[in-house]
Amino acid sequence: MYRSHVLVCGGTGCTSSGSQKIRERLEEEIKRNGLENEVGVVKTGCFGLCALGPIMIVYPEGSFYAMVKEEDIPEIVSEHLLKGRVVKRLLYDETVKSNDEILPLQETQFYKKQHRVALRNCGVINPEDIEEYIGTRGYEALGTVLTSKKPEEVIQIILDSGLRGRGGAGFPTGLKWKFAAANQADQKYVCCNADEGDPGAFMDRSVLEGDPHVVLEAMAIAGYAIGASQGYIYVRAEYPIAVERLNIAIDQAREYGLLGKNIFDSGFDFDIELRLGAGAFVCGEETALMTSIEGNRGEPRPRPPFPALKGLFQKPTILNNVETLANIPQIILNGADWFASMGTEKSKGTKVFALGGKVKNTGLVEIPMGTTLREIVEEIGGGIPNGKKFKAAQTGGPSGGCIPAEHFDVPIDYDNLIAIGSMMGSGGLIVMDEDTCMVDIAKFFLEFTVDESCGKCTPCRIGTRRMLEILEKITNGQGTMEDLDKLEDLAAHLKSNSLCALGQTAPNPVLSTLRYFKDEYIAHIVDKKCPAGVCKALLSYKIDADKCKGCTLCARTCPNDAISGSVREPHVINQDKCVKCGACMEKCRFGAIYKE
Amino acid sequence: MKSLEELKAIRERNQGKVGVRSENETQTRVVVGMATCGIASGARPVLTALSDAVQKESLAEKISVTPTGCIGLCQYEPIVEVMEPGKEKVTYIKMDPEKAMEVFELHLKQGQAVAKYTLAAQQL
Repeated sequence: MYRSHVLVCGGTGCTSSGSQKIRERLEEEIKRNGLENEVGVVKTGCFGLCALGPIMIVYPEGSFYAMVKEEDIPEIVSEHLLKGRVVKRLLYDETVKSNDEILPLQETQFYKKQHRVALRNCGVINPEDIEEYIGTRGYEALGTVLTSKKPEEVIQIILDSGLRGRGGAGFPTGLKWKFAAANQADQKYVCCNADEGDPGAFMDRSVLEGDPHVVLEAMAIAGYAIGASQGYIYVRAEYPIAVERLNIAIDQAREYGLLGKNIFDSGFDFDIELRLGAGAFVCGEETALMTSIEGNRGEPRPRPPFPALKGLFQKPTILNNVETLANIPQIILNGADWFASMGTEKSKGTKVFALGGKVKNTGLVEIPMGTTLREIVEEIGGGIPNGKKFKAAQTGGPSGGCIPAEHFDVPIDYDNLIAIGSMMGSGGLIVMDEDTCMVDIAKFFLEFTVDESCGKCTPCRIGTRRMLEILEKITNGQGTMEDLDKLEDLAAHLKSNSLCALGQTAPNPVLSTLRYFKDEYIAHIVDKKCPAGVCKALLSYKIDADKCKGCTLCARTCPNDAISGSVREPHVINQDKCVKCGACMEKCRFGAIYKE
Repeated sequence: MKSLEELKAIRERNQGKVGVRSENETQTRVVVGMATCGIASGARPVLTALSDAVQKESLAEKISVTPTGCIGLCQYEPIVEVMEPGKEKVTYIKMDPEKAMEVFELHLKQGQAVAKYTLAAQQL
């Protein structure tokens, strides 16, 4: 038994910043100090504060060490673990108050407003140890359901809880289950959609890496509710840690008899297999995902028939997103009312957001529905770095839109986001400051959808490309005002004629930026200027002759010999040769170079 | 897995372990002096005895056992301090694993401070 547990984050963020090395060194040092029987090192999933990785927490004190370096380990072991003296200078600075008192992590800005349901075990348990999951009431929901509830009762609980799909569209989960349960068939399927594809979104990845058993347990509960005995998890091959931990979790669950035949002696059989996706965005769409599991090219097909009637292998199927499933066992254990007490009228519970972009605390946050954007960006996110101003936040990835500063105080839920021209999506939240060009952002997302369009239907295949071409024209300074009408016209066609949600939602980034930032489009077209100074074709670098001291540094830095001038004389940039790389501006010590 | 009882047994076995990782203000804090003086006079077995006992009885969510630095009374080490929310701190001196278990049984479990081992009982 260990008196102290050192939790080292093994999520993707911290792994890439070197947490594996930290863990090895830690184990070595603990052994060297003879503490191996007293202090246990645990590899966990994501803590959420990825900006501060590698992260390490020492319990029972709850000391939060951030940005740990390998050379700090001997000090932490000999001072903290051996002598009990917390190494304050290495703690996350928000947890150390001015009077040297140490704040519990839950009291810090980043965690204070969060409410962890889906991420409950991430950063707390060892995801590769089923017993730790059971120790936090894991598989109890499955046991209760199998031994004392009828399938229709389970569906009723999920219906009453008001849980809606966390993958993006927000369809009521209980309703999905009810439809599939009502259809008779010799075989039904439960699928977990772990094909998280939005640029900047990594919440499903973190749940799979930090708490894989919760997904297995929830799928088994779903299987019992609709009468399915087989489940598939469709996960991207680019998530190697998630795949590895899912495989370990499935093996352990089978070993403990929590998957397989006659679970809890109830006569219920359920097993789960993994299917690895090759990373096509369209495979996150439910019909394309099922086609891919069947072994065919991942292309969508028209609905109806909906999956609840004819899904995988033409059998009734339900598809739930990872985060949706992560809520299920908690709803069963704590009751529908508990879940429904969180959130807003039509959006219950919590939502995980991957917070990224121009914000201090990037990472993973879980907040009750109805939290405002201001609370997320300014309080949890710690505001915009370098004193810049907030311009907009992008939600929903390539299917979503931008929320401008004027909607900073709108409570975030499914319906409010749609009303202001964006959508929940899977929960990527990218914060942008005044240095971001909104036309450029729209172009970025359209480039993504052009690449990821599967090509099956014409509106999406051709439409997205035509829209991208217009945006390129505008950012090159060759756009006309008619182009804006054409963009809106094309967007309407894509929305109404595309086969699946990929094409139907692809125009959203363009439409929402046109709605809130039309002046920026006009500046590109009429004034031939990019107000944020991003679009290269529309800006030029110049030297202020009054400030230039003639030090020649810029001329020597320029990779294209575009700057000329003699020593102690103001220099000049040859606009024909300038490639607009900005190297000279970075190097100038006198602030003499500016762009316009 | 055949029954809920079987699952419960595994849960209880692990509850102490994961309970160590909970944090809240209503916890009773037990700190053991583990500076050079404490370690030299045998604080480590005291610390592990207390920590093991708390986890064995699945009390880790209510009681946290942690090492701390020197509190300045080196000749009375090993020192164990018990801090219950809303109550005066109790300081036990010259502890060993057996005395610590007595404190665990009487004070931590039943709420009766063991007066004979406290600093207050000592002639200073």
